[in-house]
Amino acid sequence: MYVAVKGGEKAIDAAHSWLAEERRGPLDVAELSIEQIKGQLKLAVNRVIAEGSLYDPDLAALAIKQARGDMIEAIFLIRAYRTTLPRFGGSEPLNTEDMACDRRVSATFKDAPGGQVLGPTFDYTHRLLDFKLAAEGEATHTPQSEGDANTKPHIMSFLDREGLIQPEPGGAECPPDLTREPLELPTNRPLRLQSLTRADEGFILGMAYSTQRGYARNHAFVAELRIGSCPVEMDIPELGFSIEIGEVELTECETVNQFQGSKTEPPQFTRGYGLVFGMSERKAISMALVDRALRWEELGEDNVGAPAQNEEFVLYHADNIQATGFLEHIKLPHYVDFQSELELIRKLRREATSCHRQQEAAE
Amino acid sequence: MSDYNFAYLDEQTKRMIRRAILKGLAIPGYQVPFASREMPMPYGWGTGGVQVSAAIMTPQDVFKVIDQGADDTTNAVSIRRFFERTAGVSTTETTTEATVIQTRHRIPEQALTEDQILVYQVPIPEPLRFLEPSEVETRKMHALEDYGLMHVKLYEDISAHGAIATAYAYPVKVEDRYVMDPSPIPKFDNPKLSMPAIQLFGAGREQRIYALPPYTQVVSLDFEDYPFEATKANHSCGLCGSTDSYLDELIVDDAGGRMFMCSDTDFCSARRAKGHTGTSGAPFQEEAV
Repeated sequence: MYVAVKGGEKAIDAAHSWLAEERRGPLDVAELSIEQIKGQLKLAVNRVIAEGSLYDPDLAALAIKQARGDMIEAIFLIRAYRTTLPRFGGSEPLNTEDMACDRRVSATFKDAPGGQVLGPTFDYTHRLLDFKLAAEGEATHTPQSEGDANTKPHIMSFLDREGLIQPEPGGAECPPDLTREPLELPTNRPLRLQSLTRADEGFILGMAYSTQRGYARNHAFVAELRIGSCPVEMDIPELGFSIEIGEVELTECETVNQFQGSKTEPPQFTRGYGLVFGMSERKAISMALVDRALRWEELGEDNVGAPAQNEEFVLYHADNIQATGFLEHIKLPHYVDFQSELELIRKLRREATSCHRQQEAAE
Repeated sequence: MSDYNFAYLDEQTKRMIRRAILKGLAIPGYQVPFASREMPMPYGWGTGGVQVSAAIMTPQDVFKVIDQGADDTTNAVSIRRFFERTAGVSTTETTTEATVIQTRHRIPEQALTEDQILVYQVPIPEPLRFLEPSEVETRKMHALEDYGLMHVKLYEDISAHGAIATAYAYPVKVEDRYVMDPSPIPKFDNPKLSMPAIQLFGAGREQRIYALPPYTQVVSLDFEDYPFEATKANHSCGLCGSTDSYLDELIVDDAGGRMFMCSDTDFCSARRAKGHTGTSGAPFQEEAV
């Protein structure tokens, strides 16, 4: 005799305690500290900050530890925490020209005021496993030059002076907030950029790559890629002026894209823009390419039906927390719906079979 | 959990959700966009229902959660626990005792009353979605009451299969205006959609809330010569013998033997407590704790 199992609560508790044990791993190996994750897995922390939309390296490191290194799970933990936080107000717009750059490269000019600064990049490393790291880490010392306190002007500003680049219209005083208003279409550029900067890195990379391969191609030059810290200022009503409340590390990418023009309008380059929390070049460049593809209407281009041009397609599917939740929900029980389908298909098959038999009998 | 507000969400968020609910009640069947929050459970796992429940819950409420009709499925357990922790409300498995019932994929067998609210978890709120993938287009279609595509789909079903081949999430028309997705309930439950209780539908990931006020006219789409038919497995419950409740099918042995039992666990155990038994002859026993 079958008795329906009633044990959901106990099973859940047991599963969770097993999970905690798995997370900790072998007890004879030292436990990871938040400081270690923050200091040695910084790019993972950066991704959680960017896609979790919360600039807090300590919490991001904690989330990575709790999620056993599952990045989307860690991002989810941060998002769920972030949504409960009160909102004090908005900062002043960041001035990325004031960025203290750790890295700044341009692919369009061999040299420019401020110079090319490689910074801590994987570029030009040979991707050979370094077995020394497996044995024992060694403290390396990098010779430091005198700090470069000069501000580095945006490369775009030089093109702008010649009128070679399409001007950007000023935005609204206060941009819309994706996390406080439902996403409604059509959107505007500030909202799209907001969505792209917290979007899944892999999805945005794939979308950007598709534009390079010909689905809404808009050949992009990286005019400038810069990584560094920017002060955040906020206007405090009680004080009557703005003060610096901290600084954030950012990656900014500006692309110069194929030009526009007509018989009456002289041709101009167009641009794409990417800005991401932390050190995240791949994401920032991808974002700039997708931003540019989504601007087809505003720039008077044809919609060639490419996925990257379709804002509904891109914005509705770019959020990995939404995507993973809905994808994984199909492992929840669906007995009831499946049962109704079973009944339906049995009924349809019965009818089809009897119909077939009647035909055979008639022949 | 003193770190979080009553029922987890902050009061501003609850107000925003309540406004969407009121708008939904004012325009039955219309999908109201709302600024859905990330919840501490994944999208697609009932976050819409949870946000609606959190927004309407008061400390006096008695809360019941069912998934596939059952109180003891794992996700129902998880959501019930969430509100026990964050709201401290009392919970029940007894349908008649509950003031708020959150459900996934079923309407309880026991008829609900005017003093109760039924909250549905909705995965895809748009009944036209699988005919037209674009949200921009489907909103336009609702605005223009342009439901021809849906009727063509139902007609094509009949021409291909001889019947409307939709078994769950069967589309309905509300008060002669909006075509609405009743969430993936089996079509067996569709006739119950006109009821004395308030029905609220929350789709968290898709950021939509819609509602049916008490006694709203809800009609399942059909054709005169192919009328809507609520169906269930043609068996009785093996545990309580009920012949008119929706049944789950279980595979009970290696030879593929089948057994049928009520999907509504509270309905089934209440019947067994009254002495009804099914063909499997399981007498009612108090759960050993």
